[in-house]
This record gives sequence, C-alpha cells and structure tokens, in this order.
Amino acid sequence: MISRQEVPRVRELGPRHESGGSPREARRAAGALESEILAILRGASEPLSPGDVRLRLEPGQGAVLSYSTVVTIVSRLHAKGLLARQRAGRGFTYTPVDEVSLAAGRMTQALGNGTDHDAVLSRFVSGLSGRDARLLRGLLASDLDPPADEPAGERE
Amino acid sequence: MWLLYLPLVIPALAGAAARPLANRLEPRQATWLLTSATVALAGCSTAALALLAAYAAARAPFLAAVGDYSQAVMRRGDPISAAAGSAAALALASAAVAVVVMLRNWVRALAESYRRAARLPADDGIVVVPGPAIEAYALPGWPGRIVVSGRLLDRLDDDRRAALIAHEQAHLDGRHHLFAAVARLAAAANPLLLPVARSVEYTVERWADERAAAVTGNRRMVAETIGQVAFLASPRRRRTTGISLGMIGSRALLRSAAWAGPVPRRVAALLVAPPRRGRTILLAACAAIVLLAGISALEAASDLHALVELAQAAGS
Repeated sequence: MISRQEVPRVRELGPRHESGGSPREARRAAGALESEILAILRGASEPLSPGDVRLRLEPGQGAVLSYSTVVTIVSRLHAKGLLARQRAGRGFTYTPVDEVSLAAGRMTQALGNGTDHDAVLSRFVSGLSGRDARLLRGLLASDLDPPADEPAGERE
Repeated sequence: MWLLYLPLVIPALAGAAARPLANRLEPRQATWLLTSATVALAGCSTAALALLAAYAAARAPFLAAVGDYSQAVMRRGDPISAAAGSAAALALASAAVAVVVMLRNWVRALAESYRRAARLPADDGIVVVPGPAIEAYALPGWPGRIVVSGRLLDRLDDDRRAALIAHEQAHLDGRHHLFAAVARLAAAANPLLLPVARSVEYTVERWADERAAAVTGNRRMVAETIGQVAFLASPRRRRTTGISLGMIGSRALLRSAAWAGPVPRRVAALLVAPPRRGRTILLAACAAIVLLAGISALEAASDLHALVELAQAAGS
C-alpha cells in the first residue's frame, strides 16, 4: 500500500530537529512515540493538528519534542495508512483510521486486481490515453458554457 | 434463404450505430434502449444459429428415423449447406459456453461485492479508504456503498466532492451494474454486439453524470470534477503536451470528443445543454431494426417447421 521509499525519507527528517540525545535514542523513542500519538488521536473526539497533538502529549515529552518531530510522526502514520488527514488552512488535521476502513483499503487493493470485478464496480473515471488527455485539456480550457440545469429533483 | 442470415448480420449494424446513439440520446433512455436491443438481438441471432444447426441436424439419418420423416425430402428442401450448418452448431456451442462462463463469474463477483458491502460501515453509505490510491467507485450491495480514497477526497473541494458522491449514488440507486452486466452477457452470446455493450457502460456513466449535474445544478463543475479526477488518476498524463488545442474552436473539440475515449466524451456532453428526451425517429429506427431481426428469425423458423411437416408427410 505504501511505497517503501517513502518511509525512510520521512524518518531522516525527524531526529535531526530534536534537541539532545543520540540519533539512535531518538529513533528508538520514535517507535514508542508513534503508538503514543496514535493513542492520543484515537482518544480525541475531533480531528487534531500536529500542534494539538503536541499539546496533549505528556508534559515531560511535550517539552522535549519539537513541532517538526510531531509532524514527522503523524506523516509517517498517515503514510502507513493508519491516519486520515484533512486539509485545514495551510496544514492538515488528522483522524485515526478505524479498523473497518483499514479492511476496506485492503479490499480496494484486492478488487483492483480482478477483471471480473469490472463487471460489478462502477469506477468514477476510466483510463486516459494521451490523445484523450489533450482533448480533455482543450475541453476544460474552452469557453463552452452549458446553460444552467433545472433544480435538483426534477430530472431523473 | 438469406432471411436466416439476417439476424446474424444485424448485430454488426447495431454495433456501428451504438456510439452515435449513445452520443445523441438522453442517457437513461439510451441505456434502456441499448440494453434491450442487445438482449433482443442476441436472442434473435442465437435463434438463427439454432435454426441453421437444426437444418444440419435434420440431415442425419438417425434423426430422420426418430422424427419419422423422409430424409430425401428434407435434403431436397434444405437450403443450408452442411458446412454452414456445422459452423452454426459450433458457434452456438461456443456462445453457450461463453454465456455460462461469464454468468458464473459475474454472479461470483456480485456475491463478493454484496458480502464486502455488508461488512463496511453503513452510516451514510460512504466509505473512505486510506492509502495512496486515487479511487472512487460504487460497490453494489444491500445497501450499496460508495468507496472513495481519502487521498482523492483531500484533493477535491466541497462542491466537487458532492458531484462525485452524487454520481456514485446515482449508480447505486439506478442499479446501473445490472444494465452493464446484461449487455455484456448478450455480447458474450454474439461478439458483434460488443460495441453496443461498451456503449451501455458509457451511457450509465452519462446517466450518473446527468444526475450529478441535476443534484449540484452546475454542469460545468461536474465536467471539471471528472477532468480533475481523471488527471489525478493518470499522473503520467498530467503533463501531456503535443499539438496545441488552443487554436481549435470549441465546435471542433466537441466533434473530436464524439470519437474519443469515455472521459472526454462525458466532459464534452456536460459542456453542452442537457440532452432532451424523445427523438422519436431514432427510437423508431432502432425498433424497426430489432423487429426486422425478430421477424426474419421467426420466418426462418416457420420455414423449417413447414419443411419438417412436408418431410413427415412424405415419410409416413
């Protein structure tokens, strides 16, 4: 589900911004922090920004952890598919992904592989050839202005 | 005896007519028309194959004994060569196998879909899946679910999300997967009907697009949503360049879209006025063609019946 290159790249960013401690210690702490931050988000009743998460951490750790470390950890959890994120202003807020949705994600992968399922699933868009892409760009850039539709509910 | 071959040729005609019809007719009407036409034409062509095979079988001495008819009269009146009859029997058998295999796979896939839909949360019928995929589809079930990847939702603003959801909801409400499946089954019986089955897949998409346009009240926005999602889903195409279309007029763009893939066709259809229902002439022409296939199959059947009766009278 996640490309393997993504995780290490994110991991490198984190510890460098931390104050004090050897890189090895910081890495070990990161594993424990992941589950702690996941627990905070699961316990929260609303989506949290990395800043909110940092405030809710144990007072001792909150003082030690930089904002960018928290961002790193939640991005990593997002990349693993354990957190969902929504754009909020310039950043993101995060919510935990429940077990059912995790199962749904795995299902989507399974469905994507079988050709039989094409007969059952209605995908929003099908593939786009190079010619189609050029045509689509032209159409969307055109000045074609469709008349307003009748209000909802009148047409079937 | 050319009447007997007519039901086999008419599906090719329908295959050629399917795309222009799908472009011109109101999508809901087009879906019903094309789906019922595929079923009727597949039925007629299968009947014609069965008749051809029956003529070939009637030459067999064994059947002549069982049916108590004169083999000589049968052979004299038989308009079909033995080779044509055997070819028809072979085609009939392979069509039967193709239909059975496709039906079995489809029933399995549908049962799987219902099972999976039942396991997903049902609060508002929308399931957001994590992960990097750009994906949105309607999963038929009881009730059906709309599955959208979180990454796709992140990229869409509220209006476009509404358009996407309305489109997928229209698929579930209208049971569009049934139309597509029926048309595919008919095409399995007669591969000449394949273009018609593809057109049905296109018209159900158009049907859902028109529904989304009606719900959101903004055709251009629905068109832009389809375009945005298509580019998100094919990242390689995002930077496509090549011939500049800037100088081409919008009329010419619409004309080329009519023969392009489904995505530009759908977008082009949304950028013009909504299609009107009706078009009596087109509908009448379709009905006439299907009727012609039916009548010729019936006519051929009664010919065979008359021949068998004649041979039986001579035999007894």
